[in-house]
Amino acid sequence: MNAKSKLIQGSSGPWEVVVGLEVHCQVLSKAKLFSGASTVFGADPNTQVSFVDAAMPGMLPVINRFCVEQAVRTGLGLKAKINLNSVFDRKNYFYPDLPAGYQISQYKNPIVGEGEVLIDLMGGEVARVGIERLHLEQDAGKSLHDQHPDHSYVDLNRAGIALMEIVTRPDMRSSEEAAAFLKKLRAIVRYLGTCDGNMEEGSMRADVNVSVHKPGTPFNTRCEIKNMNSVRFIVAAIDYEARRQVDVLESGGKISQETLLFDTKTGQTRPMRSKEEAHDYRYFPDPDLLPLELEQDWVDGIAAALPELPDEKKNRFMALGLSAYDALVLVAEKETADYFEAMLKEGVEPKAAANWLNNEYFGRLNKAGLAIADGPVSAKANSEIVEMVAENVISGKIAKDVLDILWAEGGDPRTIVEARGLKQVTDSGAIEQAVDAVIAANPDKAAAAKAKPAMAGWFVGQVMKATGGKANPASVNALVKARLGIPEEG
Amino acid sequence: MSDLTGLTLAEARDAVAAKKISSRELTLAFLKAMEAARPLNAFITETPEQALAMADASDRRIAAGTARPMEGLPLGIKDLYCTKGVRTTAASKILHNYVPQYESTVSQNLWDAGAVMLGKLNLDEFAMGSSNETSYFGPCISPWRAKGSEAKLVPGGSSGGSACAVSARLCLGATATDTGGSIRTPAAITGTTGIKPTYGRCSRWGIVAFASSLDQAGPISHTVRDCAVMLKAMASVDPKDSTSVDMPVPDYEAGLEGGVKGLRIGIPKEYRVEGTAPEIDAVWNRGAEWLKAQGAEVVEVSLPHTKYALPTYYIIAPAECSSNLARYDGVRYGHRAEDSHDLIDLYEKSRAEGFGAEVRRRILIGTYVLSAGYYDAYYLRAQKVRALIARDFAEAYQKCDVILTPATPAPAFGIGEKVSDPLTMYLYDVFTVTVNLAGLPSLVVPAGLNADGLPLGLQLIGKAFDEATLFRAGRALEIAADFKAGPQNWWRAA
Repeated sequence: MNAKSKLIQGSSGPWEVVVGLEVHCQVLSKAKLFSGASTVFGADPNTQVSFVDAAMPGMLPVINRFCVEQAVRTGLGLKAKINLNSVFDRKNYFYPDLPAGYQISQYKNPIVGEGEVLIDLMGGEVARVGIERLHLEQDAGKSLHDQHPDHSYVDLNRAGIALMEIVTRPDMRSSEEAAAFLKKLRAIVRYLGTCDGNMEEGSMRADVNVSVHKPGTPFNTRCEIKNMNSVRFIVAAIDYEARRQVDVLESGGKISQETLLFDTKTGQTRPMRSKEEAHDYRYFPDPDLLPLELEQDWVDGIAAALPELPDEKKNRFMALGLSAYDALVLVAEKETADYFEAMLKEGVEPKAAANWLNNEYFGRLNKAGLAIADGPVSAKANSEIVEMVAENVISGKIAKDVLDILWAEGGDPRTIVEARGLKQVTDSGAIEQAVDAVIAANPDKAAAAKAKPAMAGWFVGQVMKATGGKANPASVNALVKARLGIPEEG
Repeated sequence: MSDLTGLTLAEARDAVAAKKISSRELTLAFLKAMEAARPLNAFITETPEQALAMADASDRRIAAGTARPMEGLPLGIKDLYCTKGVRTTAASKILHNYVPQYESTVSQNLWDAGAVMLGKLNLDEFAMGSSNETSYFGPCISPWRAKGSEAKLVPGGSSGGSACAVSARLCLGATATDTGGSIRTPAAITGTTGIKPTYGRCSRWGIVAFASSLDQAGPISHTVRDCAVMLKAMASVDPKDSTSVDMPVPDYEAGLEGGVKGLRIGIPKEYRVEGTAPEIDAVWNRGAEWLKAQGAEVVEVSLPHTKYALPTYYIIAPAECSSNLARYDGVRYGHRAEDSHDLIDLYEKSRAEGFGAEVRRRILIGTYVLSAGYYDAYYLRAQKVRALIARDFAEAYQKCDVILTPATPAPAFGIGEKVSDPLTMYLYDVFTVTVNLAGLPSLVVPAGLNADGLPLGLQLIGKAFDEATLFRAGRALEIAADFKAGPQNWWRAA
């Protein structure tokens, strides 16, 4: 994608959209940030609530060391500065799903400082998105307004679960870049095992800051679209909001900094009611918690045990001979990369395995709407297919048939090939016979082919057909050319 | 023994351990005294059945030879400590019906040491007050009266019920809490002994929070020894309170009689404040002489930021309280207003009805000082002054080991006398708030009676986690003061 195509055409000329994100990632941890209550999703309402989570009188928060470790791990994955001293503050506001009347968060001194994420754009372009900070905070509970005609209910199971709020610089210049960032961030936290990245369950949500300006001029006032939990809707919301702002500015209006909601039904943004945003949060350091002090050795230990992340994995795959595109597709999801790595462990040739997955297996998965983890064919089975092709046991065409059989019926690839007689015919006598028969049956074409060597392909096809696809295409090709008197490399 | 309620906690402990009296006898004597003392309004909730059950369990342990350090000793618990299955109100309407499903760490420590609970003691609402007059359950009345007067006096606050119950001999000792003087002020004006330990010495877990960075649990009892016994049992590091400190708790009682020979006693010149009653200055001078006579060295020290302590305190404490009390919203427990028409109305009505005037005042002050645009000018500046106050003490302790000051600027005042003037009331804590801001331990012991026959106390301030020296110096004052006076039992006739 070139820079020009990102721009929005207005009546006064092109505009550039500027996007920054605040992403809330639920920390993968068995217990909450400041209590021992469980974090499992989907439990009956209010069954995972400690006295601390319910803000009973006299209850005190105690930091969960593992959540801190997860935040540090994520910070390291974002190539960010880890702050050895950070402070928890109280953000005060009243709401029924916020039992204490304040959220414990980090305001002035977050645990993680500046970092960066590289995002992969179409056409192999790589862009850098700056990370401003990452801080730890508590999630709120859930208000349920649809359970009773006159009453609202509150479920505190989520109250107190650890969140990492990751704030980017306003470095994205299109909805596509925002989507690419979110996908990359999701991949990183999933590789790290610090967040499951499940946007549908709400374990990853984003507030999206959008403004528009004329390229090369200072940024304009931004609006914040709150609480988005789907990449598709984020793209739609940015596109809508950017166009709205261009229209307002071009008709002589001004953008006022406001908080918006995206209506998924109409595809439009609209202002939140003022009561929902008119807060003075009265931040101050939480006197129940000491400043969080980390030891450099401890951080170094986490850094040393960090798993390989998408960018590094991509580079390693490319060093194995994969194209940038193939490597990118394989590392985009941790499960995909894991699957590919499992095939490499079987000893397959990397490039052949990547081609096979990208050209054959992923297509079938997409068509069936299956995630790789739910696909019916194991990495070992796919490896055997690729190996059989490499060993000339089966042809590429037969390989696809074997995959179809495995997909539908399961089983062991080598057994299937053996049992169904799908082995490639390497017996040159049998192939010669078939070639001769085809030439004999088509003397006119044979004569024409001598003048027009490209016609050899037709003969090859006929021979493959006659042998049920089992003949080795390379052998057939060589033999056809020899019999027709076409020189090799002709 | 004629009247078991006349024993000190340590005397009762020895008598029970020696099987001269049973815990049941002792407990019954206090339950009877409590019943007779209801006009004092010291207890919000009495728990006689629980008390007798605990006493019987103690007697069985004593019989079995498995007695613990405070086995069978009846105590009152300030109604700010959450007690499992026993209503805990913080003396507020907003918690008038709240029954915790958990036990505070400090009270649990006492039960684990064998103590017996008599009931829950009155206090200022959410511990906000210096006279126990802001309680939703009505003021607690001091057992003391001025000579020749029947006027009702305050027992001090916020731990007024604790001081009253000890002074009137309704319990051997009581738990209390101190945020700006709430143990020491009532102890001083009721002729009892109380210690506010170093911040972090006792767990705050399960104690209804007022101002988290200042709140600290401690005992009020009859003697320095009694307090030493109680604090030993109450103090512990607690994994549930991140601000509790992992330091060994010494056997305070063992070192009690060590004397003050060679100890350097600091007299801060800034504590000679205007408006202090001459009798207070006199008792202060006398205290210094007493210690000197026992071999201590008296030195003048300076705590130059003392004059900023009250304003600093009245920014930090309300700021924290405004946030700590946000949880009382009528949504999950406690008082909820009837017929509210929406959420905001529910909040506003429940809190307006549930909180008394003083609590509302402090929530408003706290909300104001934390507001955008005011935070730097008030809260942040107050925190800086707080650091300077702590530094004052650190520097003073280069020259001395313990600091001696008056505990209150005047003896007990009359019920209703200061309620209409909060600022005068706040000034009553002028000698105590600095200690909370610095997080230091401080012991108050009775020093004598004034001309009207009302108790006056002296305050000793120690180095952080040096409660042992405080107890030793306090014991020396106690020996010299030889305070034997007690209130007349006028309430029994009432």
